[in-house]
Amino acid sequence: MPGNNSNYVAIIDGGGANIASLQFALWRLNTEAVLTSDHEVIQRAARVILPGVGAARAAMDKLRAQQLDRLIPTLRQPLLGICLGMQLRVDGSEDDDATCLGIIAGRARRFAPAPDRPVPHMGWNRVEKTRNARLLDGIADGAHFYFVHSYAVDMVATTTGCTDYGRTFTSVVRKGNFMGTQFHPERSGACGAKLLQNFLQLVD
Amino acid sequence: MRDGKVVKGVQFRNHEVVGDIIDLAERYRDEGADELVFYDITASPEGRSVDRSWINRVAAVLDIPFCVAGGIRSLADAEEVLNFGADKISINSPALANPELITELARRFGSQCVVVGIDSRDEDGIYRVYQNTGDPDKTSQAGRETVAWVQEAEQRGAGEFVLNCMNQDGVRQGYDISQLALVRQHCTVPLIASGGAGAREHFAAVFQEAHVDGALAASVFHKQIIEIGALKSYLNDNNIEVRLQ
Repeated sequence: MPGNNSNYVAIIDGGGANIASLQFALWRLNTEAVLTSDHEVIQRAARVILPGVGAARAAMDKLRAQQLDRLIPTLRQPLLGICLGMQLRVDGSEDDDATCLGIIAGRARRFAPAPDRPVPHMGWNRVEKTRNARLLDGIADGAHFYFVHSYAVDMVATTTGCTDYGRTFTSVVRKGNFMGTQFHPERSGACGAKLLQNFLQLVD
Repeated sequence: MRDGKVVKGVQFRNHEVVGDIIDLAERYRDEGADELVFYDITASPEGRSVDRSWINRVAAVLDIPFCVAGGIRSLADAEEVLNFGADKISINSPALANPELITELARRFGSQCVVVGIDSRDEDGIYRVYQNTGDPDKTSQAGRETVAWVQEAEQRGAGEFVLNCMNQDGVRQGYDISQLALVRQHCTVPLIASGGAGAREHFAAVFQEAHVDGALAASVFHKQIIEIGALKSYLNDNNIEVRLQ
């Protein structure tokens, strides 16, 4: 367990996901990050990040195997879900009809490919602010972030940023201490670094 | 990439060293590149395993996505590259030798990180795939038509294509618009144009006429003929959606 203080970020290790880029992004912000699935280490962390790459059902199975599906909804510190890590907090996903954590009302639905809209949605796209969002403080409305996904969460009551890709979907969400981004801030240049810094500096 | 240095050739021959990898990665990051691709061009033809620790050093300095190509022949190779911090892997000759590799990679890591690179050349009006293009002595026709290979690779789970048009590579006469437009019609995943960029107008043309999702270039950036920030401003002025810093 890291040190005596709890001023570290716990990255929840759901297994399989490539998190090196996230660790490096936090390292560039001078922040200690611990990759862990240990409940106590996660509970003591100042902040928690739930990353995620891959399929929703497989990711949920991994969380359940370590009873992290029960731990995560009880966490009180700022928690950031990234990409699939954001989608896992909604009720469910069309992705193999997975049942997710249900912290935020909503479902993840697959994009329909179109001639001018390949799926996966992979690349840079704009994020429009839909309300005052602390995560997006200091970032221009309509700034570009890097996306890689085939499923997206529709607009919900707690959407704070949205993106258009054939349909408008939730790209930033916040419900209390639970935050999420559909894009990858760790791969989104200066805007992504600013968003992570905002997350690291949130005090409530 | 060859032996830790960045090299660039003309039509896959006569490679010259153009710089240190970390210096270039930082320069392109700062100029506003949206994604970087690193090709270890010697890896595939020689059948050797490679020291991939440089990927970790690149991942530490980059805050944009990057892809590694070359010498990835197995799930274990791919896992090593991804664990070092690459966002995507690109396979070319090994996929032609064993198309099932695409299926296995997509199933294991997800289509989003499986890029299939294709070296394609116009042969009397038919586009054909070439293999082992990193070594001129081993380069050969792969026995496949480009469009058919694109369709098979996508069905197997390829999440993106980089189509390198060999007739155009390194000669800076413009992208092969007709070939790229044809392939664009036959795939529903992102298509990246490669080979032939020599002027900013070539970039505008490939986006507007071939409707590709990205444009890859090497020599014009390495030799500082085109600066990425200025290029993106130009594209923006021509109503092409780009990320400006």
